[in-house]
Amino acid sequence: MAKNSISAKRKGYIGLMRALMVLSAALTCALVLFMIAYVLAKGLPHITWGLLATAPSYMQDTVGILPDILNTVYIIIATLAVVIPLGAGAAVYLTEYAANKRLVAVIEYAAETLSGIPSIIYGLVGMLFFCEFLNMQTSLLAGALTLVIMNLPTVMRTTQESLKTVPQSYREGAFGLGAGKWRVIRTVVLPGCIDGVITGCILSAGRILGESAALLFTAGVAHVVNGFFAGLAGSGATLTVALYFYAKERGDFETAFAIAAILMLLTLLINLLAWLVGALCKRRRNV
Amino acid sequence: MKNRKQLAENAVHGVFLLLGLITVGCVLLITVYLIISGIPAIRQIGLFNFLFGREWASTAAEPAFGILPFILTSIYGTVGAIILGVPVGFMTAVYLAKVAPPRVKAAAAHAVSLLAGIPSVVCGLIGMRVLVPGIRALFNVPDGASLLAAIIVLAVMILPSIINVSITALEAVPKEYEEASLALGATPVETYFRVSVPAAKSGIAAAVVLGVGRAVGEAMAVMMVAGNAANMPSLFESVRFLTTAVASEMSYSGGLQRQALFSIALVLFLFIMLINAVLNFFLKRSKEK
Repeated sequence: MAKNSISAKRKGYIGLMRALMVLSAALTCALVLFMIAYVLAKGLPHITWGLLATAPSYMQDTVGILPDILNTVYIIIATLAVVIPLGAGAAVYLTEYAANKRLVAVIEYAAETLSGIPSIIYGLVGMLFFCEFLNMQTSLLAGALTLVIMNLPTVMRTTQESLKTVPQSYREGAFGLGAGKWRVIRTVVLPGCIDGVITGCILSAGRILGESAALLFTAGVAHVVNGFFAGLAGSGATLTVALYFYAKERGDFETAFAIAAILMLLTLLINLLAWLVGALCKRRRNV
Repeated sequence: MKNRKQLAENAVHGVFLLLGLITVGCVLLITVYLIISGIPAIRQIGLFNFLFGREWASTAAEPAFGILPFILTSIYGTVGAIILGVPVGFMTAVYLAKVAPPRVKAAAAHAVSLLAGIPSVVCGLIGMRVLVPGIRALFNVPDGASLLAAIIVLAVMILPSIINVSITALEAVPKEYEEASLALGATPVETYFRVSVPAAKSGIAAAVVLGVGRAVGEAMAVMMVAGNAANMPSLFESVRFLTTAVASEMSYSGGLQRQALFSIALVLFLFIMLINAVLNFFLKRSKEK
């Protein structure tokens, strides 16, 4: 009886919308699966020990991406080492100290603006400010500092969110026992925001891993194996920048796809980690 | 004793205040640097000639610095990506937020966040090896590296932003609205599209604007598939975007050419600031609701 009351026109509309929804969702998922499968199928066969463990040599005409892997690791470590204290500190200021609403609004607006600026502009300003004005030359350090500015909003946001979940009563309890503000932050607030910091780390690491436009003019394109500190002082290509050069400038698609496959696996790993941390935090909070 | 403690507290407060102000400092730094380095070339070339000049020949004997091709390419490319990406993203978002069973929703959410995490050079590489030859074969054009290839790559790359922000907006629609509609005899699908979607209008608009921002700002993936010739935009022609104009010449530029690249970045920055302002407007409105 109820079914008969729906007119053919309405039925058509419902059917059409439903079909469009399912199709779109299927298309989105199929796209992701295709991209992963394509890159892995094209790239995995070309990942060899020689590729992973050597530097490229013009003399022997061999290609190796060890320096690019190391540069990526260095730049992730250097960026996180700087951005975590800065971002977490800014978040603590916003949630624990800031009393002036207008100032909070200005800071949050600035953070939003930062997260909307395209990476190529970061690259340009990083080049002008770090490489030229501060005279760091084209170096991994200049690249890392550029990425610090880029990832600041991410770390700030995740830390702020986890700070908000620290119950107000904890703070009041600590104050009531006579602790000063700084002591309360050190002993009660900061331990509570550790999961936000970790989430921020993972998200930032993912962004740094995938970043290329901001690094092209700040970190440069050299492929030399270096130690950590020597590496930071010198120019170096990360995996993404190396991929760009092998694909676009050299037309060496085997190496490009090998790097792409490595990047894809790392992206999968980072997503898995982020999901695990998210699930763990949720469980901890519910207990 | 008390004074020393107070002093220490104030010092800590000061340190945190400084950390809090870093973002503001960074925004100012970026703005000031772009304006200072972007203005000289515009003054030398002339604002009108720069913005509306139809020819870019930075390395010619008599160089021409008109960036109209780049501006139009960026606009066309973004509009194209929005036309392709928004319907798919929007429909996916409605499906995931309202219709999908929890398991499907969880799996699709993973797929979307994975898509968001794929580095842009990898997207570019896939575009280079799949789309570019595909377009060449399908449309019988001499080179597939074109505006169309860039549009498709951008459409895929803005999908996650559109889907995620739309889902958040749709999930924030009060249950009562939907229940009222269902009680009045509307079917679930009708309810989603005629009640939930209009109620989440501002949030969905914000999702689209965020997608616009991503598309305008993307550089590397576009650089790999768009061909990079400074042509006026046309679907099957090799084109150069504002972002790729900066990226492709920076490494070997000098003098006025280099300054002109900074001016392009300034124009790009102004576009982004405008988009951000619109985005904030919609976000605020969807929060107020």
